[in-house]
Amino acid sequence: MAAIRFDKVQKYFGRGDKRMHALSNINLEIEDREFLAIVGPSGCGKTTCLRLVAGFDAASEGSVSVAGKPVMKPGPDRAVVFQQFALFPWKTVRGNIDLGLRNKAIGFEEREKRIADVLKLMNLETYADAFPHQLSGGMQQRVAIARAYVLDPEVLLMDEPFGALDAQTRVVMQEELVRLARVQPRTVLFITHAVEEAVYLADRIAVMTRRPGRIKELVDVKSVRDAEKWNRFERIEDVMDLDSFVHLRTGIWRSLREEKNG
Amino acid sequence: MDRRLSHSETIGLGALGLMSLIGLWAAISGFGLVPDQFLPTPIAVIGRFIDLFREPFAGFTLQQHLSSSLMRYLYGLLLAAVIGIPLGLAMGWFRTLDDVVTPIFEGLRFIAPIAWVPFAALWFGTGIGGPIMIIFAGAFPPCLINAYRGARFVEPRLIEAARMLGTGHRRMLMEILLPASLPSVMAGVRVAAGLGWQSLVGAELIVASAGVGFMMVQAQASVQTPTVMAGMIAIGITGLLIDVALRQGEGLLRHRLGAD
Repeated sequence: MAAIRFDKVQKYFGRGDKRMHALSNINLEIEDREFLAIVGPSGCGKTTCLRLVAGFDAASEGSVSVAGKPVMKPGPDRAVVFQQFALFPWKTVRGNIDLGLRNKAIGFEEREKRIADVLKLMNLETYADAFPHQLSGGMQQRVAIARAYVLDPEVLLMDEPFGALDAQTRVVMQEELVRLARVQPRTVLFITHAVEEAVYLADRIAVMTRRPGRIKELVDVKSVRDAEKWNRFERIEDVMDLDSFVHLRTGIWRSLREEKNG
Repeated sequence: MDRRLSHSETIGLGALGLMSLIGLWAAISGFGLVPDQFLPTPIAVIGRFIDLFREPFAGFTLQQHLSSSLMRYLYGLLLAAVIGIPLGLAMGWFRTLDDVVTPIFEGLRFIAPIAWVPFAALWFGTGIGGPIMIIFAGAFPPCLINAYRGARFVEPRLIEAARMLGTGHRRMLMEILLPASLPSVMAGVRVAAGLGWQSLVGAELIVASAGVGFMMVQAQASVQTPTVMAGMIAIGITGLLIDVALRQGEGLLRHRLGAD
């Protein structure tokens, strides 16, 4: 069974004359433990796709389901990492990570253990009692990822999570995410407009058209990555130099450009 | 404003304005332009102000009147905050509650606190209950409105983050909406404190058996204008001190929250 399933999804915003057709007939299945990235021109509705899975918005027609259950409202089985981090500024790093666990009514000792584990996983041990505004953007996004990971969610939803970071931090976080995906694989829906990021991170890439957004093309990255053994390389720039990487990236670029000019 | 003034210039100009007012007052009253009873001299008023701390008037010294006023005031303000802030936050979160309460609230809030005096006296007496209701009437609206606006304008991302973490209603109110709207709530409490203090003293002119307002009414009845003005000064200074204290508290809180 697919972890995330879009079935004939249509999405409109507004009513009457102002009605805007955001998504057109989206059909998509994301497998368990698969990392799927959606790329597309800005305003194409890629974030809307994520919001439907998160339960922040509802599909106008069709259905979105996670692990076989239709999505009704937001919940900790579908943890979201936002572009602007969305940490609670009045809570410490620990407090931010703890809220979701407390909401699940998990006992104190179990929570302490899980928080300690995730802090270690994200290299945040020394910042447990810091407040978000005392941390850099990259560190804040680590906290946001930790807050999502600690819930052991069915799926992880990442909405341009590195879009607000500077170029260097971004690279570090991308490498970090690859490491994380190896240590603790999850089903990930990743939204980005950066093609290289998508090719570097994803198993599969869905390319969307301009509004009303449709899925134009699905690109299989995983088979290329496995065949060409991208995992040999620690660093993102080494992977980006490979012919197989360049080939994939250029193909997706072309596809996107047709949309932008078209 | 044509140019920015330095801090010391601002203070200097403020002092200048205040001194001119007192000078004008001294000139008008001192040169006998108006009778003493119309406008006592600044010296007479300050002398009276000091005397009132030792000599009881209308049964109590000035500090006793003040503490009696402050006590009522604190009860009323506390009541307004304890009811107004949670209700405002809840209205900001539960749409149905908002729809039910808003028309009632909008209908009542433009009635000046002083207009409640007859009913306050009738329902709660002229002792402690009546005046508390009047200050409540003055202090409640800003507590409620600011908590409501604070809750409505919380950054949507934070609410979405809390929802995806599975946060329930109670925790949403206490741990997300309240802290997120704290700056707005604090500003509301400060406005409420000012309005409450104004309405309390007004209310004491009519209902009360002690208090600064009561003292002023008694003095007025026996045409003791210096005592009336001493009461006005006490009200002004106390109001100012309350405001300064709350500003300080607000600043500390903002700092604590990392808002600046």
